[in-house]
Amino acid sequence: MLKQLNVSAIKDGTVIDHIPTKALFKVVQILKLDEFNNMVTFGNNLDSKVMGTKAIIKIANRYFEDEEVNKIALVAPNAKLNIIRNYEVVEKRVVQIPEQVNGIVRCFNPKCITNAENVSTKFQIISDKPIEMKCYYCEKITYENEIKIK
Amino acid sequence: MGKKDLISITDFSKEEYLKIMELSQKFEENPSQSLLKGKVIATLFFEPSTRTRLSFESAISRLGGKIIGFSDSNSSSVSKGETLHDTIKMVSNYADMIIMRHPMEGSARYAAEVSDVPVINAGDGANQHPSQTLLDMYSIMKTQGRLDDLNLFLVGDLKYGRTVHSLLMALSQFKNPIFNFVAPPELAMPDEYKLFLEQKGIRYFEHLEFNDIINQADIIYMTRVQKERFIDPVEYEKVKNIYILKNDMLANTKPNVKILHPLPRINEIHTNVDSNPKAYYFTQARNGVFTRMAIISHLLNLQ
Repeated sequence: MLKQLNVSAIKDGTVIDHIPTKALFKVVQILKLDEFNNMVTFGNNLDSKVMGTKAIIKIANRYFEDEEVNKIALVAPNAKLNIIRNYEVVEKRVVQIPEQVNGIVRCFNPKCITNAENVSTKFQIISDKPIEMKCYYCEKITYENEIKIK
Repeated sequence: MGKKDLISITDFSKEEYLKIMELSQKFEENPSQSLLKGKVIATLFFEPSTRTRLSFESAISRLGGKIIGFSDSNSSSVSKGETLHDTIKMVSNYADMIIMRHPMEGSARYAAEVSDVPVINAGDGANQHPSQTLLDMYSIMKTQGRLDDLNLFLVGDLKYGRTVHSLLMALSQFKNPIFNFVAPPELAMPDEYKLFLEQKGIRYFEHLEFNDIINQADIIYMTRVQKERFIDPVEYEKVKNIYILKNDMLANTKPNVKILHPLPRINEIHTNVDSNPKAYYFTQARNGVFTRMAIISHLLNLQ
């Protein structure tokens, strides 16, 4: 298949597929892939039947806990994870928006204390689609189109 | 047992609202107390608010406590660049409770996390000011004898006015309130609050100006329509006189109706209302001292 030619296969690890092209680097940031020593390959603006274009990330020799990977649902709600062992997909997983989001997203409110001092943000998700998250501190709601990674 | 703070009005349960009402009445009957004897309360005002600070300091003094603090951030180490975190950590070593006002929203919730002693939010930017709501409730309780079955008119800036939002949230805990919102379209009650009332099955009505149904009101809660809230100054000019309460408008209102206002008033209540026995805003401010005595002693488990 075309996508396998574009981004080479991995023997063991995790493939994160169906990432919106605009969200690729946000996913990298959330999962801190820039700090990884493992082999990581990216593909962006790949053809997708469902999404038009998409991004894909392949991370060798690394598997994620649900809690860890669910964080990316904020920017890539339809992302799919393929768990690869010996070149075979042994498990497929979807991401779920967590009820609480801590320390990833910036509060949109410029007057919020989290934007003035070194305070880790905390949000409660009050709606999944579209995403609406309420700041634990200033109590204002950050909407999906305002989500910025801290 | 963890410490208890008052940051948002929703931090208190209905039972706690009622307890605050009861305690406020008790302190009003006997304002000279010694419950805070030997205790030190810090009032940290990172931005000035003379009215609120004096009301809290009067409450502390009447409870027999000592006060430390500052009335604006220029006279504190904040002007040297100290973080809120460090200021709160330090002061919580010195005092048994912290009462704070700060321009940043969420600052009080954060301070409560950092502090080892209870924190009372005396205003965090445009976010919350729960002691105002409790004194509003006490004023309503005192004049109407109940918090159930009330017809409330909220007038003026219902979009940005935090006092009306908090009052709405608190009174929605009681039986059969009816809310009447009187505001220009630019300053209408936000949808999230209307949706909240709908979900709770609480009746509300929206009006663009005062009309005859004001005669059904038990409480008329006035707020300031601020010029700076309008993008188009022409729109402000159009509406600025519509939301002014004048004495002749009260002629046919119910005998029990009371006019409330969080103060300061600019011109939204004509001075000819002041001598009407239905005007209650100055007594309302006085009630704040007893309500704040009640909040402090409740949070410190002194009562």
